[in-house]
Amino acid sequence: MSVLIDKNTKVICQGITGKAGSFHALQCQAYGTKLVAGVTPGKGGESVGTIPVFNTVKEAVQKTGATVSMIYVPAAFALKAIREAVDAGIGLVVCITEGIPTLDMVRAVDYAKSKNARIIGPNCPGIITSGECKVGIMPGYIHKKGDIGVISRSGTLTYEAVWQITSAGLGQSTCMGIGGDPVIGTGFIDALELFEKDKDTRAVLLIGEIGGSQEEEAAAFIEKKMTKKVAAFIAGLTAPKDKRMGHAGAIISGSSGSAQEKIEVLEKKGVPVIRDLSQIGDFLKGL
Amino acid sequence: MKVHEYQARLFLEKYGVPCSRGEVIFRAEEAPAAFKKFANPSAMAKVQVLAGGRGKAGGVLRLKTAEEASAFAQKFLGKPFATYQSGGEGKIVKAILLTEDIPIREEYYLSVAVDRSKGAPVILFSKAGGVEIEETARASPGAVHKIYFSPDQVPAKSAILPFIQKVFSDPSVSEPFAAVAEKLARLFVEKDASVCEINPLVLSQDRRVMALDAKIVFDDNALFRHEDLRAMKDPDEEDARETRAKEFGLSYVSMNGNVGCLVNGAGLAMATMDVIKLAGGEPANFLDVGGGATADQVREGFKIILQDERVEAILVNIFGGIMKCDVIAEGVIQASKETGLQVPLIARLEGTRVEEGRALLKKSGLRILSSKTIREAAEAAVGEAKKYRESRVGTH
Repeated sequence: MSVLIDKNTKVICQGITGKAGSFHALQCQAYGTKLVAGVTPGKGGESVGTIPVFNTVKEAVQKTGATVSMIYVPAAFALKAIREAVDAGIGLVVCITEGIPTLDMVRAVDYAKSKNARIIGPNCPGIITSGECKVGIMPGYIHKKGDIGVISRSGTLTYEAVWQITSAGLGQSTCMGIGGDPVIGTGFIDALELFEKDKDTRAVLLIGEIGGSQEEEAAAFIEKKMTKKVAAFIAGLTAPKDKRMGHAGAIISGSSGSAQEKIEVLEKKGVPVIRDLSQIGDFLKGL
Repeated sequence: MKVHEYQARLFLEKYGVPCSRGEVIFRAEEAPAAFKKFANPSAMAKVQVLAGGRGKAGGVLRLKTAEEASAFAQKFLGKPFATYQSGGEGKIVKAILLTEDIPIREEYYLSVAVDRSKGAPVILFSKAGGVEIEETARASPGAVHKIYFSPDQVPAKSAILPFIQKVFSDPSVSEPFAAVAEKLARLFVEKDASVCEINPLVLSQDRRVMALDAKIVFDDNALFRHEDLRAMKDPDEEDARETRAKEFGLSYVSMNGNVGCLVNGAGLAMATMDVIKLAGGEPANFLDVGGGATADQVREGFKIILQDERVEAILVNIFGGIMKCDVIAEGVIQASKETGLQVPLIARLEGTRVEEGRALLKKSGLRILSSKTIREAAEAAVGEAKKYRESRVGTH
C-alpha cells in the first residue's frame, strides 16, 4: 500500500484543455499515472494526446471508473469544479489551482466532508507515490521509491527536500503537498494519520513554514499518536515580521505563527527539527 | 487588501452598525472646521495608516481646542508613522479621522475571521475589549467567546443572542450587541473579508452600543468579484519595488541585510534566507520568482534587487522542476550583462537540465560562482559580500 494513490489509481483532470492542465496531465501520464480522462465543459469528444476529454465529471467517471480528480480550472470556477467532482462520486480531489477565495474553500471543504470525499490543496504541488502515480506538478524524476513519507506546506522547498532524500540514497513512499492557503482540505494531522497507517512508510518528514498554528497542533498529535519517527523542517526564521492588522488571528490560534515558536513547540514535544536546509538528506539517513 | 479605518467605517455604516460621528481630513487646514463640527466639547483625532497599534504609538489623541486639532494634523500629515504591528516600517500618513468624543462606560471586543484550524468563519467576542485583548486572550482564553458559522448560513440575531446573553446579562447590552454581531458577520461574508474587527465596541455613558474603531481586511483572492473594493486600493501604501515586482508576477519584500537573493517558490526562498543567516550573513530581501519562473522574470528580479544599494552579493537559488535550469541560466547571464553587474554573483542550480545550466554559466565568461549545495552557496555569498565591501573601501 501507499498513501491515497498507487499504480492502479485512475485519475481524471478537470481543466485539461488549459495550458497548465494539458501540460501537467501529459507529464503525469508519462510518469506512469493512469490518467484516464480529462474534463472541460464544451470540449467533450476532443482529446489531449491520447487522453479523451468529456463535458462533465459524471460522464468521465461513468466511462472510466476514475476515483481521483486533479483540478487546474481557474480560481473563480474552482468551487464549482470541486462540487461537480464530489457529486460525481470522486473520492479524492487534488486541487492545484491557486488564488481561490478563502470562503469558497470553506464551502468546498464542508461540501466534500458532507459527501465523505477528501480534498488535497488548494494551491499545492499535489501528491505522488514514487514510481507509481503522480497527481500534480512536481518533477517526477527527483522521486525514488523508498520508505520516507513527506508532508509539506510548500512547493519547491519540497522538491529540494525530496531531491536530498533521493541523493542520500533513501527514497520516498508518498509525498503530499498540502498547500499554503488559510483553509485547506487535508491538514498536517489528517496527513500524519494516513502515513501512520501506511505500511510502506517508516518515517515522516514534515515541512512547515511561518503562519497559522498547524505545526503546533501537529506537534501535539505526533507526541500522542505517532509511533513512527517524525522529523521537521520549518522555513522562515529570518522572514520579515508579518505586517498585520488587528488581533483576531492571534486570538484564534493563541500563537504568534513565528518559525521560532513552531520550532520550540515541536522540539518540546520530542520532534527533532532540522535547522540547516542542506542537512535534510543526511539527517533522515541517520533517523 | 487592507482598508483604512475611515473606509472601514463606511462599510459598518452601510450595514447598519452604529458608529461615532466623524469625518476624514486630508489637509491640515481642514482640521479646525472638522473639530468644531464634532467637538462635544472635545473630539478624537486618529492617524489613518494600514497598521494596528496606532494608539500605543501616539497616533490617537483627545483634542480640546481647534488649535490642538491643527497642531495634530500638522504633526502627522505627510510624515511617516510606525507601530508595533507595522513590521517596523513607517508609513506616510495621508489622512486623519476626526470624531466626536464618546464618553465610555465599558469597552468590548467583537470580530469575525476565519479559523484556519477549523476551516470555518467565527464570531469572536469578549467583555474585555481594548488594546490589551491579545494579552487577555493568552492569559485567560476563556475570556474570548467563539460562535462558528457556515458562510452560506450567516446566523440571525436570534441565533447569536443566546451566546451573547451568557456573557452579558443586561438585555440593553446583549440585544444591540447581538444585532451588531449579525451585521458584521453578514458584511464579512458578503464582501469576502478576511478580518472584520471592532475594538473597542463600547457601551457609552448614555448606554448606546457603538463602534469606536474598525479594521477590515478583504480577501485578495476574492477581489475579482468585488469591483467596489478594487476601486479602494491604495497603491501608495505599498513599497515601490514591491509594486514593480508584482507587475512581473514576482513577490519581493525588502529587508535589512547585504546578501540579495533570488529564489523560485516562497518556502524555498524563506529557507534560503535562513541558510544565509546560518552562514553568518543577513539577507537583503525576500524574492520569490514563482515556482515556474521565466528568463524574463529572473532578469526583472535582478533589476529589483540591484535597486537596493546595500546589496553586496547576489545569491540565486533555483530548484528547477517544471522550470528548466538552462533557461534560468540564460536569464541570469542576460540579466548580468544588461545590468552591468558589479557585485559578486553566486548561483546554485539544481533539478531539470542542471548540467546544461551549469555549463552555460561556465561558458558565459562572466564571473559567476557556481555551488552545488545551498549551504556552500550561502557561505560563498556571505564571504564574497565581505570581500566586495573591503575592495570598495580600498578604492575610495
